[in-house]
Amino acid sequence: MKLILRGGRVIDPSQNIDAELDILVENGKIASLDNNISIREDDTNTITTLDCTNVIIVPGLIDMHTHLREPGHEYKETVPSGGNAAIAGGFTSIACMPNTNPVNDNRSVTEFILKQARYADTAHIYPVAAISKGSDGTILTEFGDLKNAGAVAFSDDGKPVTNSLLMRSALEYGYSLDMPIISHCEEISLSASGSMNEGFVSTLLGLKGIPAIAENIMVERDIALADYTNTSVHIAHVSTAGSVRAIREAKRRGIRVTAETAPHYFTLTEDAVREFSTNTKVYPPLRSANDLEAIKEGLKDGTIDVIASDHAPHSSIEKDVEFEYAASGIIGLETSLSLSLKLVDDGIISLNQLIEKMSTSPARILRIRKGTLAVGADADITVIDTHKKWTVNVNDFRSKSRNCPFHGWNLKGKSVITIVGGKIKHKEK
Amino acid sequence: MKTKKVVMDGEGIDRSLTRIAYEILEENKGGRDLVIVGIREGGVFLAKRLREKISSIEGVDIPLGIIDITLYRDDIFASNKKPILGKTDIPFSLDHTKVVLVDDVLFTGRTIRAAMDALIDFGRPTLIQLAVLIDRGHRELPIRADFVGKNLPSALWEEVSVHIGATLTDTDEVVIEEG
Amino acid sequence: MKLSKKDVLGMRDLSREEINLILDTAESFLEVSTRTIKKVPTLRGKTIINFFIEASTRTRTSFEIAGKRLSADTVNITATSSSMVKGETLTDTAKTLEAMNPDIIVIRHSAVGAPHMIARLIKQSIINAGDGAHEHPTQALLDMLTIRNEKGKIAGLKVAIVGDIAHSRVARSNIFGLTLMGAQVTVCGPAMMMPRYIEKMGVSVTYNMEEAIKDADIIMMLRIQLERQNENLFPSDREYAQYYCLTHRNIQRAKADVLVMHPGPINRGVEIAPDIADGVQSFILKQVTNGVAVRMALLYLLAGGE
Repeated sequence: MKLILRGGRVIDPSQNIDAELDILVENGKIASLDNNISIREDDTNTITTLDCTNVIIVPGLIDMHTHLREPGHEYKETVPSGGNAAIAGGFTSIACMPNTNPVNDNRSVTEFILKQARYADTAHIYPVAAISKGSDGTILTEFGDLKNAGAVAFSDDGKPVTNSLLMRSALEYGYSLDMPIISHCEEISLSASGSMNEGFVSTLLGLKGIPAIAENIMVERDIALADYTNTSVHIAHVSTAGSVRAIREAKRRGIRVTAETAPHYFTLTEDAVREFSTNTKVYPPLRSANDLEAIKEGLKDGTIDVIASDHAPHSSIEKDVEFEYAASGIIGLETSLSLSLKLVDDGIISLNQLIEKMSTSPARILRIRKGTLAVGADADITVIDTHKKWTVNVNDFRSKSRNCPFHGWNLKGKSVITIVGGKIKHKEK
Repeated sequence: MKTKKVVMDGEGIDRSLTRIAYEILEENKGGRDLVIVGIREGGVFLAKRLREKISSIEGVDIPLGIIDITLYRDDIFASNKKPILGKTDIPFSLDHTKVVLVDDVLFTGRTIRAAMDALIDFGRPTLIQLAVLIDRGHRELPIRADFVGKNLPSALWEEVSVHIGATLTDTDEVVIEEG
Repeated sequence: MKLSKKDVLGMRDLSREEINLILDTAESFLEVSTRTIKKVPTLRGKTIINFFIEASTRTRTSFEIAGKRLSADTVNITATSSSMVKGETLTDTAKTLEAMNPDIIVIRHSAVGAPHMIARLIKQSIINAGDGAHEHPTQALLDMLTIRNEKGKIAGLKVAIVGDIAHSRVARSNIFGLTLMGAQVTVCGPAMMMPRYIEKMGVSVTYNMEEAIKDADIIMMLRIQLERQNENLFPSDREYAQYYCLTHRNIQRAKADVLVMHPGPINRGVEIAPDIADGVQSFILKQVTNGVAVRMALLYLLAGGE
């Protein structure tokens, strides 16, 4: 199987490339990246040519923060349905969080997910294993064995590691194994029973608020721990101006902290909650306009390294209930790229920065050999039409869930071809 | 073009009220047990003026009540617009009284039906009589006035309106307009 | 005349004209409850469901009496559990209510926004009888009717609202309504009971009771939920009473003809001294009477008509 992508603008931050180039794919790898690649006479019948004029070609996008719900909550999402949503959204690799049932805290669950991923044969799936057994914050999981089984990172995402000693151990042990630790930062005593950001809107609505400091305090703690232990930490779903400030300052001081945010934190504010649509309920909550601006600023100046969807599928059973009782979470695999392209359109970040945050950087942080179009690399490629206008319709989603606050939105820019390991997995009609 | 015709002036209205006052007293053999109840909005001023006339003829204070029939109407849900609710003020029992209901124009009779239902909720009068300034016909219910100022045959599309105040003024009039 | 909306969900959604219409109508309904026969045939054949997913006696009874005095058939559905506990979604609940073909549904719910969510799903009119700490519009309307009747106006009056502002739907609805009608509202309570940015709602904030009620025309005392001690919202009822109880001493600072109001039920000796609750300045029982008229007015204005 051979593929040639012709006439596209290739943007690959890993090689500092932004030029009109052809890409030849052979045996699942990038065989050539050059001007006007010529094809041998006898190849013309066996090669598939993709006309990429007026579109851009980038290293396959990587979403380092998703929830695939399998095993345990297959009615919300499965490895195949989540994988299909990923390739429809332009992602060739995704990492999935361990808060399944059972929790991915041992080799058998990690192997199960990888087995399901092989059967599904969609995007590459990278399991993130739990930091603590059952993610209940007491006993460390078997990091070595889990790494050996195929886990790429550790996180108790969905819950914070409240015990600082446990967090210290995780950072130290993870670092010694060259495995990233992804921290869900939440000071539970401040956030408990809250269902939206604490601010003027929560005061108007009488909803119990989750203050920004519930996040900031934990971000500060994790930075202090990483600094003291001379390790690294990755902060998941940054949502507050305070977190951005703390991470910026830590980076300036040379502390190895990386951070991600999700598209809803730079697209929506707490105002979206006013109509009580449970699709706007998410953890961390949608914040104030001031926080949103700080997130954009953090993306612009590099404080925030990664855009990840925090794709969190829920069914009507969890969402079609009173706001206070609804589960938190927004699905994002199929809207993440388009919402992020708006940052480029608005002049906040460059296209090059966007690809860095959605491919190069997540690959680097997860230590996976992805995120590049270098000759010899796996042929994971995303083709993006930055001009394509479309309307979000949750009923067209590949995901099993519909909890998306962007239904009906008109967006600009979309992935049109997703190539995983040299195979075209998704192509827009 | 709307045509407008004055069918009764202030003096005429006042003369009618005086006549009706005497008729009421004659019919009821004096003012004993008599109470006057005006129907909102059009009957309120008429009832006040009628009551003054009767009181001064008889030399006793005849009780006056005001009734709002909105809550008893049979067409309350006919449109999505709700009539503004007025206050009912009948500060006495109607048991064993002779009630003279007063309204400006008697038309279909539906308002009077509603008013009688409302009155019954305030007690059991000995009798109820009806006094109107204008009877324009077109009854839809078996209702008849006991005292009429003026019979005014009208077409359905015409509009009859009574403009009066609490006391006699020269702007008082009854007009008939083509709707 | 007509309310321009299908539902009455909160004071925040009402215009000044709509509030005046409701209060004027309620004013006329006050008389019906004084008659020997306290019933008018207006809503004959209409069905009103009182759907109460939170314990409430007085509000439910008030709505029930209001419906019955208008000749509507009132049906009470009460439950303490949320739809979540029953394993039913809110849509299931809403559609079930809709299928019973009522004309108006009165909803009290412990969760914020539940009446709003149901109102979006079904065609019937919804009246919010209190949703979590969000809104309690009929309480605010009956408070405003009481104020208007006693003071002849609302605009320009000094109103002090004292208590757990953060968790009070009565406070929120009154703040929306009273500020819209031109009253000067001061909220007062311990700092832990004061929500963030409350001043952006157009009120003055103080932690000092005497300052709050100085020259006040109206004092609204809120019920303190004693179980909130566990959330560290106040140290003890004893300490609360020491600083925030309305007594014959601190009430001297208010205007001589001050109206004392309370949504009930009262904690005697905690937020209000017994002699004040029973005193000549107390309009607490008048509020209850006015509540029936306000609810009759809303049922009348929302019922029927396409």
